[in-house]
Amino acid sequence: MSVTVNLFLTCLGENFFSDTLKDMVRVLERLGVRCEMPDGQTCCGQPFYNSGFHDSARLPARQFIQVFSQTQGYIVAPSGSCVDFVRHHYPELFPAGTPEHARVQDIVARTYEFSEFLVHVLNVTDVGAYFPHKVTYHASCHLLRGLGLRQEPKQLLRAVKGLELVPLNEEETCCGFGGVFSVIYPEVSRAMMEAKVNNIVASGAEYIVASDPGCLMNIAGGLQKIGSPIRALHLISVLAAQ
Amino acid sequence: MHLPEHIDFRANVQSVAPHIPRSVRQATTRFLGTRQAVVDVLGNERWQALRQAGHAIRLHTLNYLDDYLTRLEEQVVAAGGIVHWARDAAEARRIVLDVMRARGVRRAVKAKSMATEEIGLNHALQENGISVLETDLGEFIIQLAGVGPSHIIVPAVHLTKEDIADLFTRKLGVSAPADPLQLCAIARTRLREEFLAADVGISGANFMVAETGTLVIVTNEGNGRMCTTLPPLHIAVVGIDKVVPDLNALNVLLKLLPRSATGQKMSAYTSFITGPRRTPQEGGPQELHLVLLDNGRTRILSDPLLRQTLLCIRCGVCLNVCPVYNHVGGHAYGFVYSGPIGAMLSTQLLGVRAAAALPFASSLCGACAEYCPVQIPIPEILLRLRRRVVEGDHSENAVAPLTLRASARVGALALRLPWLYAIGTQILAFLQKPWQREGWLTRLPPPLQRWTMVRPLPAFGANFRAWFRHRANVTK
Repeated sequence: MSVTVNLFLTCLGENFFSDTLKDMVRVLERLGVRCEMPDGQTCCGQPFYNSGFHDSARLPARQFIQVFSQTQGYIVAPSGSCVDFVRHHYPELFPAGTPEHARVQDIVARTYEFSEFLVHVLNVTDVGAYFPHKVTYHASCHLLRGLGLRQEPKQLLRAVKGLELVPLNEEETCCGFGGVFSVIYPEVSRAMMEAKVNNIVASGAEYIVASDPGCLMNIAGGLQKIGSPIRALHLISVLAAQ
Repeated sequence: MHLPEHIDFRANVQSVAPHIPRSVRQATTRFLGTRQAVVDVLGNERWQALRQAGHAIRLHTLNYLDDYLTRLEEQVVAAGGIVHWARDAAEARRIVLDVMRARGVRRAVKAKSMATEEIGLNHALQENGISVLETDLGEFIIQLAGVGPSHIIVPAVHLTKEDIADLFTRKLGVSAPADPLQLCAIARTRLREEFLAADVGISGANFMVAETGTLVIVTNEGNGRMCTTLPPLHIAVVGIDKVVPDLNALNVLLKLLPRSATGQKMSAYTSFITGPRRTPQEGGPQELHLVLLDNGRTRILSDPLLRQTLLCIRCGVCLNVCPVYNHVGGHAYGFVYSGPIGAMLSTQLLGVRAAAALPFASSLCGACAEYCPVQIPIPEILLRLRRRVVEGDHSENAVAPLTLRASARVGALALRLPWLYAIGTQILAFLQKPWQREGWLTRLPPPLQRWTMVRPLPAFGANFRAWFRHRANVTK
């Protein structure tokens, strides 16, 4: 019986990382997974919630629930942050007694972050990828601490043929994105981003890999700004390379 | 004490001297290193079990705080102490002043205490003609510098040894070399005379044991013991959240506190103070006064999530591990509490009108919660306080401008309309054209210029859905 994945594109993923999403379909299909793209999805609501607009966050969240409750099979996103939000904050936004609660519980039970889905649902770490480059890994905060995925992305990277995984100093320190934080306090965000970029440069890697569009936007922008040849890539795109 | 009326975190950050993050990081990195070493000795499993136990003890105590405080008062009185209850900072200052005036106090020495920083006690004493000297080395330094603490356990962490040498030379009229040992010796000589001459010693407490009426002070300098034993009068000002049920509970918290704070299994001094001296032959003060400070704490208790702010045992590890704190230092937070605990506590103590900026002074990375020895869900609390700022709640009205709230509403409503969202992604891709340079947007109009002033934004390029549909059609 084939496994079905409903693609949870995420708004940042869709608007800035179309290629990552295409790679996500390629990797999943290579593993025998059938991909569906539920129509009508927009944003999970996290940007509103994290800005303090908890009431307003329910509006996009309702859209998400309406769209994904009509699906069957797994829901998989290329973002630890968005999955963390759905899993841990939807039940709080729609507690027992609200009309959405049962659908939220159903959705939460089916929603996974990409590396989590591969390692814990499909039980796959070697996806048959080939990427002959020196790579270092940044642990995205919500993936790491929100979902507890400390080893999974690195297990996947280590199984990639030709790939040399080099350590990143302060791997688990925030890159300074933080969503709304980056525009409310740009100076602090800058200091954190520069510290991260300096560590990346010092690692000697050709690629910095992370698993969250937010971090990637921030880190890629930071590398671009200093004219660094190091490229920021989503884990999915490394796994898609052959 | 002039409480901050409006904390402008961003402006404070912009005026942080460039050497401050370096000094701060040097200290926090050292603390985190020693912390990791002592945690490793215990093993992660035992450490996590201890954290769980610490959390349970603290939460239980807060849930039955009235009972434990009553018990504490009985036991302190039974040991010969005098207990005062202070609803707010002004009442606490008045109580302390009344006790001192009644005994003709002129000179006070102080052990390190965040509660007295919180109520601005030094200022009040000096205004009333009582000289007061901080005797913790860090506090001694910042008192000379005329600034507040920049870290809850290392108040002068933002200063280098050169800064301190310069300060001593200017303020103490001695020639002070930039050598920690010699600087320490200078302070020690100065302090020794004061301990002997003081009429009162003021302290806080890290814990108060309800079962025995004991004040527990955890320090690494002998000053805490000197302040609480040499002068004839001891006044302790302690937040009501510092009570623990009994010595068994204390035992768990004493394992967590020094390990998390400074990476020590035990601090150099852990003092247990139960009442004043009982007979004139004993050492110690003739009188012991305990001022139990509320100052907004019972209000914090009313919400089950926010209540967990008060689990805090003030170890400071959330500051040490916080990337924001490490880049800006403590003064940017605008009040005596800084870092993640400051963002949570100051906002609730001062109110959102003054401290709306603080719950947002976090990237929500969660490192603080991962390290917190009593498992405070710090990011969740900050998120709840952000809601208080922009939407208001049972405790305070919103302070965000109506226009901001309205535009958030409009944005949220738009995301309820998938067709509008689809058009929006295409419109953005079109509108960006004048700004786009090889896949990057380097300069955008407000409010996005706050992003591009730091780094360029990748160009909008939503084309996945079309790709996916086309592909599906082809394979059919």
